[in-house]
Amino acid sequence: MKQDQPATDCKLDQMSQDLLGKPIARSEGLAKVTGTAPYAAEYPVDNCLEGVLVTAPFARGTVTDIDTQACLAMDGVVAVVEDERMTARAAQGTAGEAPVQQPRTVCYWGQPIALVVAETFEQARDAAKHLVISFDADDLDDVAFDPNAVDPENKESTSQGDLTRAMNEASSNVDARLTTSGHASAAMEPHAAIAEWDGSKLTVYASLQMLNYNIAELADAVDLEEDDVRLISRYVGGGFGSKLGISEETVAAAIAAMQLERPVRVVMSRQQVFQCIMRRSETTQRLRLASGDDGALTGFGHYALVSNLPGEEFAEPVLQSSQFLYAGENRLLEMDVARVHRMTAGSVRAPGEAVGMPALEVAMDMLAEEAGVDPVELRLRNIPENHPVEGTPFSSHKLAECLKQGAEAFNWDSGKRKPRHTKDGEWWIGTGMASAARVHNVSEAKARVTLKADGTAMVETDMTDIGTGTYTILGQVAGEMLGLPRDKVLVELGDTQFPRGSGSGGSWGAASVGSAVFVACQALRKKLAERAGVSEDELSLKDGAISGGTSLVDLLDGKDLAEEGHYEPGDIDEDFVAAGFGAYFAQVRVNRFTGETRVERMTGAFGFGRVLNEKTARSQCIGGMTWSIGVALTEALHFDPVDGHLVNCDLAEYHVPVHRDVPDLDVIMVEERDPAASPIQAKGIGELGMCGGAAAIANAIYNACGARVMDFPMTPDRVLAAMPYD
Amino acid sequence: MMKLEFIVPITINNTAHPLPDDPRTSLLDFLRRDCGLTGTKKGCDHGQCGACTVIVNGQRINSCLSLAVMHDGDSVTTIEGLGTPDAPSPMQKAFLEHDGFQCGYCTPGQICSATAMLQEIANNMPSDASESLDGPIKPTPEEIRERMSGNLCRCGAYANIIAAISEVAEGDAA
Repeated sequence: MKQDQPATDCKLDQMSQDLLGKPIARSEGLAKVTGTAPYAAEYPVDNCLEGVLVTAPFARGTVTDIDTQACLAMDGVVAVVEDERMTARAAQGTAGEAPVQQPRTVCYWGQPIALVVAETFEQARDAAKHLVISFDADDLDDVAFDPNAVDPENKESTSQGDLTRAMNEASSNVDARLTTSGHASAAMEPHAAIAEWDGSKLTVYASLQMLNYNIAELADAVDLEEDDVRLISRYVGGGFGSKLGISEETVAAAIAAMQLERPVRVVMSRQQVFQCIMRRSETTQRLRLASGDDGALTGFGHYALVSNLPGEEFAEPVLQSSQFLYAGENRLLEMDVARVHRMTAGSVRAPGEAVGMPALEVAMDMLAEEAGVDPVELRLRNIPENHPVEGTPFSSHKLAECLKQGAEAFNWDSGKRKPRHTKDGEWWIGTGMASAARVHNVSEAKARVTLKADGTAMVETDMTDIGTGTYTILGQVAGEMLGLPRDKVLVELGDTQFPRGSGSGGSWGAASVGSAVFVACQALRKKLAERAGVSEDELSLKDGAISGGTSLVDLLDGKDLAEEGHYEPGDIDEDFVAAGFGAYFAQVRVNRFTGETRVERMTGAFGFGRVLNEKTARSQCIGGMTWSIGVALTEALHFDPVDGHLVNCDLAEYHVPVHRDVPDLDVIMVEERDPAASPIQAKGIGELGMCGGAAAIANAIYNACGARVMDFPMTPDRVLAAMPYD
Repeated sequence: MMKLEFIVPITINNTAHPLPDDPRTSLLDFLRRDCGLTGTKKGCDHGQCGACTVIVNGQRINSCLSLAVMHDGDSVTTIEGLGTPDAPSPMQKAFLEHDGFQCGYCTPGQICSATAMLQEIANNMPSDASESLDGPIKPTPEEIRERMSGNLCRCGAYANIIAAISEVAEGDAA
């Protein structure tokens, strides 16, 4: 089905199984907690060779020669694979074609250039260090590394009215420059693949988010037809954007397996994952906000400078939610891209809002102070009726409810705010808040649902579950529609032999594939209703039987019944602006001598349409809020300004939040149904949790100690430098 | 390479295994490849993430930082040895119930680490979060957070992991 109209009367609400939305434990959970769920590198494949990638120790230039002699003479070494089909970059999300190949042309430090294959991992790892690479590196003076030192290209521009005049005439205004550092996805499972070639067909176990696109990317890279390629990703150890497109290890393993006619496993080292998988671009942003006495915005300006490699279309969409989040007649939104030689910039959890929202929400906090309006009230006063430029209505909008419910749960003090109001020994204590916003996306998806003759159901799609809860929620959608308890529904994912799903990315998986399962179940219900001699509306199924009547087993009469559901986003996305909204509240303590910040408590209130599983949805929220803490306080990619290499390319130096950085997190899921967002009235929740949360922490730092830090992450040195002297 | 026949084998989940021939093999790679125990995960291979945590002679260690040949005579417990899908351990059950994981990749390490960590608290071994260096130590959330900080979870399930471990700690105390 194509959705062209809001799905106001949703069938799901007329069902009687009472399964959807319930906080049931993950269906694959037992396999995960007992270590029996196989991830990409863990399939028992006989006679498997091990490959280790060799990467470029320079930022731009050409590999002129690869001397394999010493390497090949080593114990157990089988081959050095250097093939021009090997990929030099990871594919961008939804590319559907091979990324840049010909790895001898080097565009960033750490780019893979060859693969050493040996009988064992220890042999391959050692031999990879003995490969002699000759190269012609470009003069470092000619290679751009600093995004602020090059002439950027304009990427987008939206203008309405006269922002400069609005700023001049405003009773309150803020003109602020903020920066955010680059981020790494740092999924816990390193990128890995095992490739098998039987002479005509290629099977690859890989760690990927979007098999529906990845199969085309891999087939294109190795010059095969899609029909001759099978990808398997049943368990994915985290993605966060880094596994949207195929990356170098998958293509290298495939080519090696085809050349050597033996299975080959390639697992990237943690350092390689940092060096040659997507980074989130650093940003430099300028926020201009103009308001009247009451805090109502009259002008809204947001500028962002981001970076990427030459030839990459992706640009961190920093302004995405700024387009519609707040009112303001006079608007100017512009974004530039600087071309630099760092590894590919691409999607990292919540591309755009993850860094755009924190900057905007710090500026809003500054405006609240300037205008003397409570920060929560300032946001409430600036929620627009419709899209402020295009005039399109919102599909559903829960920002006000999130702000109010969050403030109440947090016990937000709406009295006059002044920094440095509470001291506890050497710690300043303060609070801050911010709005959350994230565009809602959907994508075409297919799923097959089979009612088995024994009265159980099976859902099949090549959709992935990257920790998001897909296995569980698809079973809940099917169980609800077909009147089956969750344990009677088997969900099979992550195999391209199944119908094409949407892939996991952009928070669109649940709404898109969930809708495909919903559509398939509707078709099954029609058939069942015919057999039962009732209309579909009258067909009430519960616990494997027509309520008070015939069982499904009898109705099926010994035969399976299968339907494929096909969901396509329709024109409705032009009629409405669909987004998830929310609000964050944080309390921090800041050490007055060291500038160290500790988050003491944090509340997040989010509206994201129908909740498909309270437990897994809440987990998505706390995951996002945890990332907010990283963005606020610790996460930053550091590049060497001289040769452009990533300095902190491991988990000891790139600081993701750890247990002690994260307090208990309070999550409020605001009741919402969004009929225009998807046929099942659900929106995405994988990213919303980190779209602004860092600003709640930043604003709390200011409220605590008076340090208005303008650079994320707010590390102790930065906080200390900005702290007023006392 | 000469095989060292006199070396005592390594005991993994109560089963004796011969040591690997290649002395470069880490305990982690030995478990995953030679023993087929892939429940123990490789996240960084540098002792930075804790995904490879196993319990050796009752103590939790990062198996990536240890060579297999150093463990002759040792008794190793991996996630597979703590419980199975048919008979999960209390910690495994608590993680499932509290949704103390998402992608599941750091999970075996978190669970092995948590299991041995509670014993450290029971033995009154102090940490940075302890009020004093001697005297009884309680499994407070802050105490657990400090002790679990070597186990990274990028999905951000920390709040749920603490809830799961706290429940087991309370059960142990009861």
